[in-house]
Amino acid sequence: MKKIAFRVNGITRSFAGNPDLPLLWYLRDELHLTGTKFGCGHGLCGACTVHIDGEAARSCLTPMKSVAGRKIVTIEGLGAQGGDHPLQKAWKELNVPQCGYCQSGQLMQAAALLAKNPQPTDQDIDETMQGNICRCGTYRRIRQGIKLAAGVKS
Amino acid sequence: MKSVILVSRRGFLKATFSAGALILCARYFPGKALDALAAAERWYPGVYLGIEPDGTVIIVAHRSEMGTGIRTALPMVAADELEADWQRVKVEQAVGDMKYGDQNTDGSKSIRDFYDALRQAGATARLMLERAAAATWGVPVAECRARNHQVVHKGGRMLDFGELVSQAAKEPLPGKEELHLKTPAEFRYIGKGVPIVDLAEICTGKAVYGIDVKLPGMVYASIERSPVIGGKLKAHDDQEARKVKGVLRTVVIEAAKPPYAFQALGGVAVVAGSSWAAMEGRRKLKVTWEPGENADYDSDAYRTLLFKTAREPQKIIRAKGDVDAEFAKGGTTHEAEYYVPLLAHATMEPPAAVAEYKNGKVTAWAATQNPQGVQDAVAKALKMDKKDVICHVTLLGGGFGRKSKPDYVVEAAILSQKAGKPVQVTWTREDDIRFDYYNSVAGMYFKAATGAGGKPTAWLQRSVFPPISSLFKVDAVYGDPGHLAQGWVDVPFDIPNLRAENGPAKAHVRIGWLRSVANIYHAFGVQSFIDELAFAAKRDPVEYFLDVLGRPRTIDFKSEGADNPNYGKPFDLYPWDTGRLRRVVEVVAEKSGWAKRKPEKGSALGFAAHRSFLTYVAAVVDVRIDDHGRISIPRMDVAVDAGRVVHPERVQSQFEGAAVFGVSIALMGEITAAHGRIQQSNFDDYPVARLGEAPKETNVYIVPSDGLPAGVGEPGVPPIAPAICNALFAITGKRIRQLPIKNTKLA
Repeated sequence: MKKIAFRVNGITRSFAGNPDLPLLWYLRDELHLTGTKFGCGHGLCGACTVHIDGEAARSCLTPMKSVAGRKIVTIEGLGAQGGDHPLQKAWKELNVPQCGYCQSGQLMQAAALLAKNPQPTDQDIDETMQGNICRCGTYRRIRQGIKLAAGVKS
Repeated sequence: MKSVILVSRRGFLKATFSAGALILCARYFPGKALDALAAAERWYPGVYLGIEPDGTVIIVAHRSEMGTGIRTALPMVAADELEADWQRVKVEQAVGDMKYGDQNTDGSKSIRDFYDALRQAGATARLMLERAAAATWGVPVAECRARNHQVVHKGGRMLDFGELVSQAAKEPLPGKEELHLKTPAEFRYIGKGVPIVDLAEICTGKAVYGIDVKLPGMVYASIERSPVIGGKLKAHDDQEARKVKGVLRTVVIEAAKPPYAFQALGGVAVVAGSSWAAMEGRRKLKVTWEPGENADYDSDAYRTLLFKTAREPQKIIRAKGDVDAEFAKGGTTHEAEYYVPLLAHATMEPPAAVAEYKNGKVTAWAATQNPQGVQDAVAKALKMDKKDVICHVTLLGGGFGRKSKPDYVVEAAILSQKAGKPVQVTWTREDDIRFDYYNSVAGMYFKAATGAGGKPTAWLQRSVFPPISSLFKVDAVYGDPGHLAQGWVDVPFDIPNLRAENGPAKAHVRIGWLRSVANIYHAFGVQSFIDELAFAAKRDPVEYFLDVLGRPRTIDFKSEGADNPNYGKPFDLYPWDTGRLRRVVEVVAEKSGWAKRKPEKGSALGFAAHRSFLTYVAAVVDVRIDDHGRISIPRMDVAVDAGRVVHPERVQSQFEGAAVFGVSIALMGEITAAHGRIQQSNFDDYPVARLGEAPKETNVYIVPSDGLPAGVGEPGVPPIAPAICNALFAITGKRIRQLPIKNTKLA
């Protein structure tokens, strides 16, 4: 494949390998950005959610050939100074995570929501977060965390 | 008296991390810190904690972190007794080593089994520091008190823990009887809690799970296994697979022989330079299988068989009075049959491990609940000594019992031996769903005779399920005593004639522990049937439950011929106390507004209460159904008596999570098989509760208790499914006796 260029967490990267390689495995195996998680491989669980040009995307379904010229942000790049995004602060304040495995995806999905819709309603949250599974069952705190970060009343 | 061990930092680091572990090592210890650490000496007054000359307290987490908070809670217990400043405590994860005692993080028993040990570890070090200060100052030890990381003399002098390390190391190790454990009023952290130690790393994606471990020169493997358990490889062609760029080779792993225990299942592994190449290569394999003895396993036919067995007299495991004589009187009787299917764990992180075979030794990094189990299973598979297997424990992306079975770590070890490189094995979600150690499918039969006020005068219950012991013994067909005591022989109702039976069932898949295990189906049966009797008696289900439960008492099941292992704890320390169950029922009824709420169109409350893992739990669930039969759960109330609670906030989160886990079981969890093949494969056909299905609000009431610590990881699960079905009956008049609910049309 022809070499393509794109940005990951602000750093320009290039890639000339298998065009069908999912972005997930590029991030994990080549860049060692392992915060983006493998959960299902079919876009069913949301653990692999990243931002592509500001939109939440399932990196397990995103082939490398589609990311040329795009800006990718992973959990490692969320927040201006690593970890200070309002959602990350809210997650810590409410002790949202249990095992923590799905939380990268939950945070990225929620961050994309707040970027577009700074004052989401319960229904907005339910609809947006429905694709992100948490097997530990932290959903109630995820909803609270989003509201806390958005400054909307719980 | 044991002597105090001084371990040099260099020696410690060498022992803990092999040369191959550099990447992981650097994550835990930044380069500079590594050098500084190696220069000084750490004082170890025991296996669970050490103190640096700079005063940093290192506390070993020897249990696995899968979301319960145990990696924080147990070290916090030691820190409290030590009078350490939590800000100056560093938690280190233990490798698998018998010196720590049991490390199999299952059975909701970490606090129960190690609360005392970690308190003693902290109190031992505290006393030695106080004695060291007394010696340094030449004053009586009674005048010296440890306080927030310093020892303070009554005259006002103080020394930091770090300054006392070299003197403390010279003090003889005190005996248990010399220790002064704190009174609850003196607790600094116990009963209050601190944020989990991994919180910041989880929120920034830096936390390391089994799937995240990277070693220099590591390769990746994906394994094609027989779709039927016990199947044998007939033929395979890897020509196309090897053409995939990045694929290095294929390796045949010998088929496991029954009993399967924790063996690698066997199959054809594709080893590659990346995860994706390994998976792509695997897709190109051409493999045919000899399906073997389980090829006829069909879950529909199996259900019929379970019920057939459950309708006939079976092995009696508890009997009081004369149930048959009471039934023969010809009064009112009620019968019902219940069914719970096979269930998969579906941890968000599928099974994943790295192993490196080198010079006759194996070093593994695994998301495992059971690092000593890894040592045993790997040593057995590779015919080596257990001490030559080192198992590092990463964070676990969920466990729920799946990761106490180390088969996937054995796969990595076998492949590393054959490939001569560190190998990471990552199961796909399809592997995880199809080759799980499923929670048993169960069929249950109940019959009751009722008398005045609709109260039972006789109660018969039979359960039939393939036992977990079939993993270790090919012909095991009856329930193990431990699992029969999970809500079956220990039914607490005050009924004069009561008999519990258990019938045989052969396993055709690997059966294993899943969060709350046999309590899942036993509680579903018992808590549904008692609700049926309440409605038949036209009585309020909570009032009826308490009436049948009887006066507060402890029940001695032994006198009724029942074997009750009681979760491994002596009955005198952890009796079955119906008064404690009553208490949580009363609390949840009050908090949920049970008495004030009457069923209305499309909405009702449901109730269930159950003791498991020595903890008493009662739940009230508010269920709604819309005109399309769609179920939602606006609210759940759960009352808990778990004895003394160490970390209330994490306990609360465990019960919030258990409520969601219970909703998955109730609404949608079902593994089926046809021709021996599991028919589900991913979250589309094995759905679990998402945000929209989960209770919108879960209120957890921890009943204050000075009882001994019980368990909190699992006991929240069992009451949820019956409580939901009981609510559905109140709304629709339809009694759901077979899970999951999705198989019943409600509108």
